[in-house]
Amino acid sequence: SLSLSLSLSLSQTFDKILIANRGEIACRVIKTCKKMGIKTVAVHSDVDSSAVHVKMADEAICVGPAPTNKSYLNMDAIMNAIRTTGAQAVHPGYGFLSENKEFAKRLNAEGVTFIGPDTHAIQAMGDKIESKLIAKAAKVNTIPGFDGVVKTADEAVQIAQDIGYPVMIKASAGGGGKGMRIAWNEEETREGFRFSSQEAASSFGDDRLLIEKYIDNPRHIEIQVLADKHGNALWLNERECSIQRRNQKVVEEAPSTFLDGETRRAMGEQAVQLAKAVQYSSAGTVEFLVDSGKNFYFLEMNTRLQVEHPITECITGLDLVEQMIRVAKGYHLHLKQEDIPINGWAIESRVYAEDPYKSFGLPSIGRLSQYQEPLNLSKVRVDSGIQEGSDISIYYDPMISKLVTYGASRAEALSRMEEALDNYVIRGVTHNIPLLREIISHPRFISGDISTNFLPEVYPDGFKGHQLDANQRRELLASAAALHVSAQLRSQNVHGPLRVASVPVQSNHWELCVELGNERHQLEIKKTGTTYKVEVDGGQVEVCSSWNLASPLLPLTINGTECMMQFRVRVLSRLASQLNSHMPEKVPEDTSSILRSPMPGTVVAVSVKPGDTVAEGQEICVIEAMKMQNSLAAAKQAKVKSVHCKSGETVGEGDLLVELE
Amino acid sequence: MMASFCAARSGCELFKSLRGSFRTALRIKYGTVCASLPQTNTVRWYSVSHLSVKERIEEKRRAALVGGGQHRIDAQHKRGKLTARERVQLLLDPESFVESDMFVEHRCSDFSMEQDRNKFPGDSVVTGRGRINGRLVYVFSQDFTVFGGSLSGAHAQKICKIMDQAMTVGAPVIGLNDSGGARIQEGVESLAGYADIFLRNVLASGVVPQISLIMGPCAGGAVYSPALTDFTFMVKDTSYLFITGPDVVKSVTNEDVTQEELGGAKTHTSVSGVAHHAFENDVEALLNLREFFNFLPLSNQDPAPIRECHDPSDRLVPSLDTIVPFESTKAYDMLDIIQSIVDERDFFEIMPNYAKNIVIGFARMSGRTVGIVGNQPKVASGCLDINSSVKGARFVRFCDAFNIPIITFVDVPGFLPGTAQEYGGIIRHGAKLLFAFAEATVPKITVITRKAYGGAYDVMSSKHLRGDVNYAWPTAEVAVMGAKGAVQIIFRGKENQAEAEAEYVDKFANPFPAAVRGFVDDIIEPSSTRKMICRDLEVLSSKKQTNPWKKHANIPL
Repeated sequence: SLSLSLSLSLSQTFDKILIANRGEIACRVIKTCKKMGIKTVAVHSDVDSSAVHVKMADEAICVGPAPTNKSYLNMDAIMNAIRTTGAQAVHPGYGFLSENKEFAKRLNAEGVTFIGPDTHAIQAMGDKIESKLIAKAAKVNTIPGFDGVVKTADEAVQIAQDIGYPVMIKASAGGGGKGMRIAWNEEETREGFRFSSQEAASSFGDDRLLIEKYIDNPRHIEIQVLADKHGNALWLNERECSIQRRNQKVVEEAPSTFLDGETRRAMGEQAVQLAKAVQYSSAGTVEFLVDSGKNFYFLEMNTRLQVEHPITECITGLDLVEQMIRVAKGYHLHLKQEDIPINGWAIESRVYAEDPYKSFGLPSIGRLSQYQEPLNLSKVRVDSGIQEGSDISIYYDPMISKLVTYGASRAEALSRMEEALDNYVIRGVTHNIPLLREIISHPRFISGDISTNFLPEVYPDGFKGHQLDANQRRELLASAAALHVSAQLRSQNVHGPLRVASVPVQSNHWELCVELGNERHQLEIKKTGTTYKVEVDGGQVEVCSSWNLASPLLPLTINGTECMMQFRVRVLSRLASQLNSHMPEKVPEDTSSILRSPMPGTVVAVSVKPGDTVAEGQEICVIEAMKMQNSLAAAKQAKVKSVHCKSGETVGEGDLLVELE
Repeated sequence: MMASFCAARSGCELFKSLRGSFRTALRIKYGTVCASLPQTNTVRWYSVSHLSVKERIEEKRRAALVGGGQHRIDAQHKRGKLTARERVQLLLDPESFVESDMFVEHRCSDFSMEQDRNKFPGDSVVTGRGRINGRLVYVFSQDFTVFGGSLSGAHAQKICKIMDQAMTVGAPVIGLNDSGGARIQEGVESLAGYADIFLRNVLASGVVPQISLIMGPCAGGAVYSPALTDFTFMVKDTSYLFITGPDVVKSVTNEDVTQEELGGAKTHTSVSGVAHHAFENDVEALLNLREFFNFLPLSNQDPAPIRECHDPSDRLVPSLDTIVPFESTKAYDMLDIIQSIVDERDFFEIMPNYAKNIVIGFARMSGRTVGIVGNQPKVASGCLDINSSVKGARFVRFCDAFNIPIITFVDVPGFLPGTAQEYGGIIRHGAKLLFAFAEATVPKITVITRKAYGGAYDVMSSKHLRGDVNYAWPTAEVAVMGAKGAVQIIFRGKENQAEAEAEYVDKFANPFPAAVRGFVDDIIEPSSTRKMICRDLEVLSSKKQTNPWKKHANIPL
């Protein structure tokens, strides 16, 4: 494969490519361009002026202020950047302008190559209704109960009733989970219609919606296709993307544990049929819903590079961006279907700046005060566009990185993923690693028993964090205590000329109390060398480490087993813990009568005013963050005392919005 | 005050009438007697002469250990407060406390105070010495369970004794304050006691570090002892500091104010600047005080302590290369810079909620304690005003007095203009910070991260004030003022102001004008700042510099 990639990189494509995107995907594209000897141009908003993708590119042009519709969606400014820099081609990444036929047209008109399919395919597949008709005609399985464009809430209800509940409502123009709601009755249909159309308008500038039969308990499995401009198309196997929250993917893997060779081939061939039917060229993804009987239904086709493309690259050995660039230049595919392997297994975890304890992830913002990717481990790939010191802002997607691990088997890839997550250091923003770590080690996930309902089924009351078993608890307590003791001992270790001699506490035995949640655990600890023997909860744990107190990662050997820990636990001496019982309890705020913003964002609507009486569950206001609209409801029936926010205002996490009486 | 005084007197009179019968009992039985205090119903046993001296010693010690008795200890706990002894125990290393004056009793004989039942071995304060992480410290802890921790002549004498010892050996003094005020029964003796302590506070100032932790009331003249010490910490919700309480305030100024509003932790850490830090509760406060103590040298004869360090001194901090925003009007958080440069992100900020436009606190570089001063662009653009100047000046002087190197991060657009500032005396208050930096002879390292404009540039530990090492980041702008203002003066009347501004920016909004004159020693990559500072501190550890002989300087107070 070395000679292959050598010959590829030698084939002339473009001199200079502009990447009309930001973050990890812009960095990802630039990497391949560098490999191929192509110069790169980054575009950026003013707040991104020192972003990683800007630093990586050969040239960078500011295309406007922070809001995406003024910068990354600002076609005029991007066209200007292309003219200024003389870029011959544009890679749009995903999101933003990647599936915007208008943009592709404007590029065409100026003789600039759009690295993606041509406008006809974007249009055909970008419209959810048209795409289904084409799919049907191309003999691709489609979802039953499919219907047309929806204009009013009444129409939405009528259609939903015709199809039969449950139905799914979403934006015609949008991909992914954005603007997508599920309704089980008339009321929910109306609500879903309202939200989805608002979101569709704000995300895509196109408020058309569609309603279709919702398949309960499905898997989301998609086929990667790759086609050239000469009628050749390949399927590059599947990606299992069933682990989702609010219809957005969290953990993906390739291949799927669920597909047999026959189903895989059937899906692959249908995907290629569809690609050929629209004269597709470039990389694309055909998404299917697969039911428990392995019946699969066409969902939609994404006419762009997909977020989770790295796992396909891991098992096929292809560089999809390189393939896209070659195809865009007009080269033939140099591969045949039988050349496409499934080598081993790859898993991707999407690491987000979000609080997983709030509906499996509400956006969080902040500065990455400490950030360390687990790249010291082998067979780990991290696609990211941030670094230590970067800001995660309210303007853009809160994704921190895509963490990909691979191996000869699924078990190997999974165990690497565990290790990689444990070694990942993120400080300054709340992140979803606890949830990711929980998912990939859950027995249902390990056995491959998953569906798009995995998260709500496994955590019906929301994600509450890892539940320690007795043994893990003992190990954690022991480690915390040992770390505490080594820090205490270090405090006594003061050098320099000492006029008054220091009299360190000569002890190798300590009695401590560790606070874990609301529980207090008493333990005794003895030190010999760098090893601590800890008596805790009726068991003995031996903890050994080099005790580097400056490192955010704590490599430990617990009872002879090596592991990596990161934690924040309060440890007190037994005396302090006893005296602590006299300390007054600070009364927590009564949260039923105040409404605080659960995340940073913009207030889109305030539905109440002082003096109004609200019912329990009634909408009080709507906060938009990272393009998601979140309705905040009253926790009880009460009169509105005061309103502290107004529409259009930016609010931070925890800001007081409304007070009830 | 009056109310408690009356109660005490009437209680005493009640006892007078009982005195005779007690005497009888003593004469006849030579046994132990019991005196019950009507207010509390506690029973106290006192040994009388048939016991051996040894037994009497044991009795006294036992009595000293329970202070005002179990009932009052329970009451103290109920208020969410620890007892004087529990506090000492928690503050010091296990078994390191060496108590002095356990047998001292007050000497008041008025208002029947001379009676046995009104005498408590050790009186209302626990004093002695001990160790914090092995390092010597002298401690006094006022005992609220004995006469409300009120200050008697004996109480003051005990405190003075350990302060004198601390001065003699050169070790810090920590005061744990929890006192209702003067022992009114003792009158002027109590006042004299306060003055004795004040004098020692003043004499010890700059000789040994003095720390006050306010853990209960501290009112009237008593407040001046903490005010004279180097650092005053408070416990939230349970501690108060004020000259006169809410009742007197009401009668004099007719203001309605609660204790908390008048002198609570929040008031003093965010409004008045009297206290340097507040902690959640007694336990938190004492554990934090231990951490804080680790930063300090024992006396002015000791160098800044160097703790074992696991953070590499040559660690690069790439995130600093992009921390200063491209637009010079945009804010960033100076704390991000400080935390990423110092050892293990461990920064003990002093006065975090007061005059937030300047950041001060202790940290370590390669294990060695340093004092950090930084303008905070996030608050009021990091300008210097009255409060921030005073806050910075006092901290700089502390560091200088105790051989702690000072690292200054500069991003200052100037002094805050306006009548409020001028009328308030920004000139003389700003001069304090200038004075403090100029007179300091400890190692001084300065990093200009962005703006260093006007007189404020001079003040912030500039080369001209004997800065040892002065660095500029590439984003530094050392100039008399910002481009806009300068252009309006230099190019007054010129039509193309934008062009003039660009010319000015090109000439002055960069580190070169200062660098070519040697006013900054080098222009460094922000990511290398930690490495450079650690290296310089190593060299500067042998720095010797003295000021001309004087009785003392005359800082513009």
